[in-house]
Amino acid sequence: MSLAGDLSQDLLDQVKQALASNTPLRIQGSNSKAMLGNHVAGKLIDTRGHSGIISYDPTELVLTARAGTPLAEIEAVLAEAGQILPWEPPHLGPAATVGGTVAAGLSGPRRPWAGAARDHVLGSRVITGHGKLLRFGGEVMKNVAGYDLSRLLTGSFGCLGLLTEVSLKVLPRPRQCLSLRLHMPAHLALSALAEWGQQPLPISAACHDGEALCLRLEGGEGSVQSAFQRLGGELIDSRFWDDLREQRLAFFADSQPLWRLSLPIASGTTGLPGRELIDWSGAQRWLKSTAPAAQIRSQAAALGGHATGYSAVADSFTPLPAALLRYHRTLKQQLDPQGIFNPGRMYADL
Amino acid sequence: MNILYDERVDGRLPAIDQAEVLGALRSALPDLEILHRNEDLRPYECDGLSAYRTLPLLVVLPVRLEQVQTLLKVCHQRGVPVVARGAGTGLSGGALPLSKGILLVMARFNQILEVNPQGRYARVQPGVRNLAISQAAAPYGLYYAPDPSSQIACSIGGNVAENAGGVHCLKYGLTVHNLLKVDILTIEGEHLSLGSDALDSPGFDLLALFTGSEGMLGIVTEVTVKLLAKPQVARVLLASFNSVEDAGRAVAEIIGAGIIPAGLEMMDNLAIRAAEDFIHAGYPVDAAAILLCELNGVEADVTADCARVQAVLEQAGASQVQLACDEAQRVRFWAGRKNAFPAVGRISPDYYCMDGTIPRRQLARVLSAIAELSAEYGLRVANVFHAGDGNMHPLILFDANVPGELERAEAIGGKILELCVAVGGSITGEHGVGREKINQMCVQFNSDEITLFHAVKAAFDSRGLLNPGKNIPTLQRCAEFGALHVHHGQLPFPDLERF
Repeated sequence: MSLAGDLSQDLLDQVKQALASNTPLRIQGSNSKAMLGNHVAGKLIDTRGHSGIISYDPTELVLTARAGTPLAEIEAVLAEAGQILPWEPPHLGPAATVGGTVAAGLSGPRRPWAGAARDHVLGSRVITGHGKLLRFGGEVMKNVAGYDLSRLLTGSFGCLGLLTEVSLKVLPRPRQCLSLRLHMPAHLALSALAEWGQQPLPISAACHDGEALCLRLEGGEGSVQSAFQRLGGELIDSRFWDDLREQRLAFFADSQPLWRLSLPIASGTTGLPGRELIDWSGAQRWLKSTAPAAQIRSQAAALGGHATGYSAVADSFTPLPAALLRYHRTLKQQLDPQGIFNPGRMYADL
Repeated sequence: MNILYDERVDGRLPAIDQAEVLGALRSALPDLEILHRNEDLRPYECDGLSAYRTLPLLVVLPVRLEQVQTLLKVCHQRGVPVVARGAGTGLSGGALPLSKGILLVMARFNQILEVNPQGRYARVQPGVRNLAISQAAAPYGLYYAPDPSSQIACSIGGNVAENAGGVHCLKYGLTVHNLLKVDILTIEGEHLSLGSDALDSPGFDLLALFTGSEGMLGIVTEVTVKLLAKPQVARVLLASFNSVEDAGRAVAEIIGAGIIPAGLEMMDNLAIRAAEDFIHAGYPVDAAAILLCELNGVEADVTADCARVQAVLEQAGASQVQLACDEAQRVRFWAGRKNAFPAVGRISPDYYCMDGTIPRRQLARVLSAIAELSAEYGLRVANVFHAGDGNMHPLILFDANVPGELERAEAIGGKILELCVAVGGSITGEHGVGREKINQMCVQFNSDEITLFHAVKAAFDSRGLLNPGKNIPTLQRCAEFGALHVHHGQLPFPDLERF
């Protein structure tokens, strides 16, 4: 295990200086998630030098790494032991770091079955807005001592503190994996998925690309084979899911604005103008559309979900209801009283 | 005894006149059922941690959410502390009342509002029992995964507050992994929806923050849980070992072989004998340890995995491996484990259940340290262990009628938790801190970390009216009680590598 690259003291010093001079900070790894949220006008603090896997024991199913460790390095080390990050985090860039991965909290195609990024974050070290380097959670599967700050920090885009280290739950790679494609229109695919979801089928990814339903089956040899016999369809290369996760499919190629809609799992088609790609068995929709943001957001809300702009537009996140926003503000005020961590990245005054 | 609320170290509580608060509540909420006579309050003086009791100022039993909202507003305005309670089965004293606080009983909100098989969720009120959700989902072939052993009685609101676990956590997660949305009321009576009907929601992950927050940040008023398709088959293997070290190694090797069992439980000899005596599960009473390994899923996979696990167990030195030959035997194998606590209750007048977690590789070391502590304190300890996820439940046997035994049990319990922290684990895996482990929090977290916890609390309850004294200790308390353990430069278990 690499032990080089412990720059936590250096990062802490930079935060202390920022606190002393009241300088806002723009926390950045490889900047691969720049399309999400607002640009932060702040002094750059680069986490990439603080790198390296600190501990990994495959039989404990836990890996701990410094924030600047490349995600690709972690995945390679896990692969050698036949293990994976179950939530298939999107890299969205060749040099994505694990700190940024957790801070952005994004999840890939296996999300509805395996859980999200935050479901696999067991512990963290974080530099707080009080200039302290603290540890929360740990390297054990079950831990309910104190508030769950590690999961709160997941997906908070660095607005509540600077993550320096994360402990992640990992899992064995499923024994067998088959991907298949079934030609059917989107509405039929959605109703089929709603039905299959109630059955113990080994589906671990489900996407409708506009023409056909793509499914991934993962599990033991027996369950995958019997599900394949039952569902049929043509076999496809399982790298399809990597291309979906990394937005490399043809669908993502044109210059129209990209939106992500997060909807209840059994939602029907959205009826929004533009092209739509269904992921997460219906719970995530990628939309290429020039429709006004307000229309997309209100339709997502009407369906019980929300929409996020992925095209480096201002205000990419759905505005919060007033009461919820008030508690976001008090929480930010408590954890980052001087407002130095990524101010405005998620919302204007957070 | 330093467990009951002590204003000297836990913080001053406002002086409250019972009659005055009663009058104010009656005029604001004429139809709210309020208990105020000592004989009516008595049944509510403790939760599942019955060694500790306090008579609450008042008990309120609302049936409509508007009543809860008004009550909270009145309490906020008048500065009256509020302790929420569900079914009262918690094992850490999270719902232990305050003599200067109102006990808010949410148990009457017991309606299942919706079971949606297509959306694979159930929307329920907080007083609905855990098992009732799975029963309501069963006609659709679905169930709610977290299964704390109190699931027949415990309510979902309390499960959320404690982030309850169960025997299937390694594969299916804790409560936090199985929620879509939680509706809460803040101490100011403001309604918030955390999470959503979709798989995520904009903003900070307050759903994760609230789960396991022990009633310190808000009152749970509605819960939307995920439902899963019931596995086709479940099989159980029972393996006997001549040493706990071998059993521990077998656990690591099963997981190393790429198999995630639905349940993987270990019991030591004292627990085996107690359970066998009580349930006649067919356990080998001369084994040093047994492992119960449940595999579930599709028939073909389970059959293949059973064969793999059997080979791993034999390789790891199991003296005997039995596959439950039918459903009746499977249920019997589990019955011994599920009744381990009452079984131990039969061989000792009292027992005290711990809940530490450890990295699994430390198992043998921790068990031998527990055996040494057991000898040193002169109290027997039976070990029941969620081996798959490193969650230990040492049961300390004592007799409260023998002067000094409760204190010795508390002392050895505290030592065991400190040991868990020392090897890189946690003082609580699923039972919560509550009041019980409040002093050990000072061992697991330093004063800056505890200060940050207080900052989180202040964001939602700046006056500290929700469940004061639970979950997060004051720095004064740590200075007084935590100091014994760490701050004098003398660490517990100095021979252990520190994490």
